[in-house]
Amino acid sequence: MSEQQSLQLDRTTTGTRAVVDRLLGSRNFASRLAAMGLSVGAEIEVLQNRGKGPILILVRDTRIALGRREAMRILVEQVHSEQPKHKE
Amino acid sequence: MNSRSIKNSQPRSAVELEHADKSFLVGLAGQPNVGKSTIFNLLTGLSQHVGNWPGKTVARKEGLYIRSGVSMRIVDLPGAYSLTANSDEERISRDFILQNHPDVIVMVADASALERNLYLLAELLMLPVPVVLGLNMMDVAETQGIHVEAHVLEAALGLPVIPLVAIRNQGVAELIEVAERLARDPVGFQPVRPEIGAPHRDVLTRVRALLDGHIPAPYPSDWVALKLLEGDAEITERARRSLPHTIWRRIETLLGEHEDAILDVAGGRYEWIDRMVHAAVRHPRLGQISLTDRLDRFAVHPFWGLLILLGVFGLLFWLTFALAAPVQEWLDVAVIGRLQMRLADALVLAGAPSHVVNLLVDGVLGGVGIVLTFLPILTIFFTVLAFFEDSGYLTRAAYMMDRFMHLVGLHGKSFLPLFLGFGCNVPAVMGARVIESRAGRLLTILLAPLVPCSARLVVLAFLAPVFFGKVALPVSLGFVALNILVLVVVGVILNHTLFRGRHTAFIMELPLYHLPDARTIGLFVWHNIRAFLRKAGSIILLMSVLIWTLSHFPGDGIEQSYLARFGRSLTPLGHLMGMDWRLLVALLSSFIAKENAIATLGILYGTNSESEGLAETLATQISAATALFFLAVIMLFVPCVATVAVMYQETGSWRWILFSVILLLTIALSAGVLVYQGAYWLGIGILLDA
Repeated sequence: MSEQQSLQLDRTTTGTRAVVDRLLGSRNFASRLAAMGLSVGAEIEVLQNRGKGPILILVRDTRIALGRREAMRILVEQVHSEQPKHKE
Repeated sequence: MNSRSIKNSQPRSAVELEHADKSFLVGLAGQPNVGKSTIFNLLTGLSQHVGNWPGKTVARKEGLYIRSGVSMRIVDLPGAYSLTANSDEERISRDFILQNHPDVIVMVADASALERNLYLLAELLMLPVPVVLGLNMMDVAETQGIHVEAHVLEAALGLPVIPLVAIRNQGVAELIEVAERLARDPVGFQPVRPEIGAPHRDVLTRVRALLDGHIPAPYPSDWVALKLLEGDAEITERARRSLPHTIWRRIETLLGEHEDAILDVAGGRYEWIDRMVHAAVRHPRLGQISLTDRLDRFAVHPFWGLLILLGVFGLLFWLTFALAAPVQEWLDVAVIGRLQMRLADALVLAGAPSHVVNLLVDGVLGGVGIVLTFLPILTIFFTVLAFFEDSGYLTRAAYMMDRFMHLVGLHGKSFLPLFLGFGCNVPAVMGARVIESRAGRLLTILLAPLVPCSARLVVLAFLAPVFFGKVALPVSLGFVALNILVLVVVGVILNHTLFRGRHTAFIMELPLYHLPDARTIGLFVWHNIRAFLRKAGSIILLMSVLIWTLSHFPGDGIEQSYLARFGRSLTPLGHLMGMDWRLLVALLSSFIAKENAIATLGILYGTNSESEGLAETLATQISAATALFFLAVIMLFVPCVATVAVMYQETGSWRWILFSVILLLTIALSAGVLVYQGAYWLGIGILLDA
């Protein structure tokens, strides 16, 4: 995980599991996100990213919709699930 | 089923209140969607008093709970994710705690998303007030495979924790009992408090030391130091103004060097949360698919989601027209009409002069009638709205529409209020409350009147066939499209000028779906209707009496009235657009209610509003180009008096109302001239005039 490149949240695909790495933008933005569970180190799962429009993620058992502009400012590190996928 | 459930025997009598030997002030806090209002309703029932927080559009609910001689004044704090000044809700909650000194805070948390919920607790514990934690939705958590051991959490936190299933009235009695005990004896309250992350601990200590002795009464200096590191706009501004200059400069430098301190503040809180829930929560990630996941597969699906959205709003309109329209007519004819007759008879018998009779019967009672006719529509709109809001669906609709709303510089949350505008602009303006930022709310309120409401659609549906025969439908659709086009253009322009750089982030929780609570819906509808009647109702009444007076004095029929004189004085303006004074007066009268335009035309063109007669008369006297102009203006014209009244109620500013009226007037008239000249140039007017 440590050698991973971090990725803007809006570039992730549906189903991605990741850990929040950095928050860009104002302190106000970071504080709003933190209050809704999105803090550095939080595990997230991308529930929907259609490449346009808002993004839906699951973080700390909460479903959160983020505008693309907001998602762009959230850097994440992808987590490869320990369990191998059933179908390959 | 539960012997300890709350029994509601409200409202309590004043006598009982006087006999209460002890009285406590209780703040009910919690993040949004945690079932807080269910608990508040259970505890306070009909003893609720609803107003607004001073200077805010956020509703302030307060109620009384009395049990064995102790009265608890419970204030329902607005749902807030944290206590940083990011929104009015958050500011209100913390100001209440700091300034009103409640005896105890009851915080309600959603057990199925405990980590995120405890963030608010982490903030509350920094303030000088004892806190009781209610873990609501224990049943939902179980179905999600989350097991929470309340007593383990209680031991870890060092404060009382009560498990609840509020919708089944389980645990609420214990919760309030424990709160009362804590309020009586707060001395022993020593919870485990969160700390800032290690890298910035030293900075916090230095800021706190600098603040020492300079912080005015209600503010704890620890808390102020923390808020400064978090970059809290309000506290920063206050500190800048009230601290001695040299001290502020040193603090400012320190804060500037540690812009990233917020991450450690938040990080420290989540570290604390992890420690607290570690032993208390078992959360096996079984990957089971919840009901919410299953429903969301459709609700936010790019195709099915839009279809569902369409279905939901189709249902809303069907209900409005199927239920509200007949009730509205019944109110108009059977109630108001009959009352008007009775009153007229009584007044005539009593020998009142005829203009007094007319004023009271047509002016005042007519005005009451207008206010009343809004009630069925509003009731249905607010009921359906509350139903979908409480079920969790509305946020999905906002999510689906976010992309489109960005076109006009708004985001998903503005979709719903604007869409409600198709039914009636009044709930549209009131619905803008869901938008947290003032800029976003204001822009939504300014755009709402451009959505063609059902009253305007009625006028359109009546007049279009008169002038355009077979092409009436495409012409009508064209007008609706024109409105939406204008809305988009105005939105884009405002967004790049007045509202430039006021973009607000779209961050929205999509709560779990659940069955809506009838009581919550009922109270929501009741509070909104009452607010409308109180504020908007009186303005509508006054305005309609005023316009009625203008159109009936100095006598000799409406043709000689002040209103008509005013219309005639505008004749030069009218010529520019091919309108005579009668059309202008009809336009002016539509200010009371859009459908008035037809009635006024009926009076001025000398038929008895027998629709067929009027249609024929109008067709022979007005050219098609003029009709196009007239319709364009009426569709875009200044909103009706009810809408203006709620716009004032919601913005609290006549300046914005004036801005909106001038803006809409300009748009309506220029669109009208453009349409008229365009049609004339294309030969439409000439053809039909000949």
